[in-house]
Amino acid sequence: MMDIVTLARIQFAMTTVFHYFFVPFSIGTGLVVAIMETLYVTKKDEFYKKMAKFWGNIFLLSFAVGVVTGLIQEFQFGMNWSEYSRFMGDIFGAPLAVEALLAFFLESTFLGLWMFTWDKVSPKLHVVFMWLVFVGSMMSAFWILVANSFMQHPVGYTINNGRAEMNDFVALVTNPKVMYEFSHVIAGAITLGGIAVAGMAAFRLLKKNSLTELSRTVYQKSLRVGLWVGLVGSVAVLAAGDFQMKAMLETQPMKFAAAEGLYEDSEDPAAWTLVAWMNEKEKERVFGIEVPYILSILSYHELSGSVDGMNTINERLIEEYGERNYFPPVNALFWNFRVMAGFGMLMLMVSIVGLFFTRKKKPILYEKPWMLWIVALTTFAPFLANTAGWLLTELGRYPWTAYGLFTIEESVSPNVSATSLLISNISYFTLFTILGSIMVYLVVRTLKKGPDALEAAEHEEPTIDPFAGGAFNE
Amino acid sequence: MSNLQLFWYILIGVLFAGFFFLEGFDFGVGMSVKTLAHNEKEEDQLIETIGPVWDGNEVWLVTAGGAMFASFPYWYASLFSGYYLILLLVLVGLIIRGVSFEFRHHMPADKRWIWGWTLSIGSLIVPFCFGLLFTSLVQGMPINANGDLSATFTDYVNPLSIVGGVALTLLSYLHGLNYISLKTTGPIRTRARNYAQALYGVAYVGLAAFAILLYFNTDFFEVRLTSTVIFLALMVILTVVANLALFKGKEKTAFLASGLTLVSLVALLFTGLFPRLIISSISPEYDLLIENASSSPYTLKIMSFVAIGLLPFVLGYTIWSYYIFRKRIKHTNVAGY
Repeated sequence: MMDIVTLARIQFAMTTVFHYFFVPFSIGTGLVVAIMETLYVTKKDEFYKKMAKFWGNIFLLSFAVGVVTGLIQEFQFGMNWSEYSRFMGDIFGAPLAVEALLAFFLESTFLGLWMFTWDKVSPKLHVVFMWLVFVGSMMSAFWILVANSFMQHPVGYTINNGRAEMNDFVALVTNPKVMYEFSHVIAGAITLGGIAVAGMAAFRLLKKNSLTELSRTVYQKSLRVGLWVGLVGSVAVLAAGDFQMKAMLETQPMKFAAAEGLYEDSEDPAAWTLVAWMNEKEKERVFGIEVPYILSILSYHELSGSVDGMNTINERLIEEYGERNYFPPVNALFWNFRVMAGFGMLMLMVSIVGLFFTRKKKPILYEKPWMLWIVALTTFAPFLANTAGWLLTELGRYPWTAYGLFTIEESVSPNVSATSLLISNISYFTLFTILGSIMVYLVVRTLKKGPDALEAAEHEEPTIDPFAGGAFNE
Repeated sequence: MSNLQLFWYILIGVLFAGFFFLEGFDFGVGMSVKTLAHNEKEEDQLIETIGPVWDGNEVWLVTAGGAMFASFPYWYASLFSGYYLILLLVLVGLIIRGVSFEFRHHMPADKRWIWGWTLSIGSLIVPFCFGLLFTSLVQGMPINANGDLSATFTDYVNPLSIVGGVALTLLSYLHGLNYISLKTTGPIRTRARNYAQALYGVAYVGLAAFAILLYFNTDFFEVRLTSTVIFLALMVILTVVANLALFKGKEKTAFLASGLTLVSLVALLFTGLFPRLIISSISPEYDLLIENASSSPYTLKIMSFVAIGLLPFVLGYTIWSYYIFRKRIKHTNVAGY
């Protein structure tokens, strides 16, 4: 049977990856829905209301799964990583508590209001509910990233009584890592929302003969809105990623070198490796295709400058923190980085080209199935890119839970048996398989039913001013 | 023990009390979906009473957990790792009931019944497991010098903890029935009231059993005699009040009283534990105390500012949203969410 550290790591990976399919999906589609509803309020065009309601259904499905899988995350630190919680609770618990107080209450309360007050409150107030949900989800992301940034780059603490104690809350929140991670993650979520809406609409537009006039228009307009959001998001994601890379080079050089598959120090100027495979046991590259200059440009925005390789950094880390294996899973980091960046580029291209071919004068994209297929298949790209990004970030922390302070080995709960961990791993895996399949099934079903189905479900109650006395009485 | 430590202990108690008051009734409504409703229309009606608010109610638990992690990390670490499988069940319960609202709404008509069941079962598992957890905890648990809790089956499951689990489930169910009679119209309202009337008889027996077992299995009557007696008495009085109010058709009073019964239960457990967090059954030296399990004074101070600054807003819009949804859900025009 596997040891408890491995089992606990598998659980952390599995639960965060699954949870993180839904977090950016909810943030991103939440924004798209908020934009659509805002267009409805400003243009007074009922059409946008239908769009907001329709995509709102898909947003709600994603939100539901996101919320329940988030519960596991909160419990998991205490359940599987009790030593980590003891060592880090003074610092790590604070952002989590603030997240709940500041973000979760806001999100859940106003989401409840949004869901159940269509046509019962004025449209202006109603759209505010949706924006508050979006603000709540952004704040939630912010605070969880404050916690994560500390794990990547500890600041504002002292080691006291065998644990990390906070001595500067402001430093914790203004950790430079926070802004990099936050902008990157939020931009990634926005991209996902835009691309996913555009892609799902493209899937439906492929069946144009079976669509009603209403559905076709909804999907065409949604595709445009989605691509616009995707464009803004993917440009921002690239910019933020560039900053983040430079910070990584300074604070986590090992992660950077592994993501580039560099065992030896690079030449000056440094070439960038397009594809490669590393033999992690022998610590050498088996093959690789290199493009000259590019790594220097990526790292320093200059045509020269070499980058330290993992062997050099390993020596430094041993000197600083003692004898230990500091090599992260190199192939995993290398390829996750390429999946992330590659799909990021793809989404940018699809957004630009897609918007060009759907412009009012010559919307030829709707007529060409092969073009629609490209947009449709891009739906999956942001999920892969986001997941790869997180794997890169978290696997690259190895061997630390909090960089330079506390290792993964030290963090695990000593009193939890491998059997218990196995039981929970199997339970979560089963639940996730079921939830994931049902989620996909229901999203596809909602898409197939299309916006026409909304008509039947419309409430016929008149608008009510909630502030008026007796507004909701019989 | 500093004032800040005391403040956070009380705050966590308040958060759990808030959780059981609020989510208590939506657990009860969840269980009612398969025990009270006679047809799908009535199930819809029940679910609609909690549809807009259940998620916000659940955040009370998330906040309690987060606050525990932030203010008493040693407590959080020992408790969550020590109650591993029970908390796994809690999570499974919360997950299957959490998705059931949305899944049920979007499912084809012939498969909706699945999510009625997951809602009901999930709503039953969670209060039961929490009852089991808290009432086994107060009896003392084998924790060592490092605070690691390694218990055997009978540490978790014994007469008091089973009665505790059943009691919390039953009180949530009653609370839910009171909420239903307050929030609905039509046949289900009458039925909820009748069910509650019948079950209050069982509740008295349960309370008596709970008090007796508490006397034999914990040190509450030795170390915290006054507060223990007061809160036990309050639980009985509030149960009587709820029962009588229901009889007279005063649904608001009945609902408040059943909610406050749950609050009294939390208060009883938290005062009985005080100033300990986990009682070590190995040696009193290993007791986890408020004094030695907390975060640093700096963290507690920062967190106090945050909590005091934010809680009024949270309470404000939570109350506002309940005000918005104050209307009864009529059986004649259920929207079907």
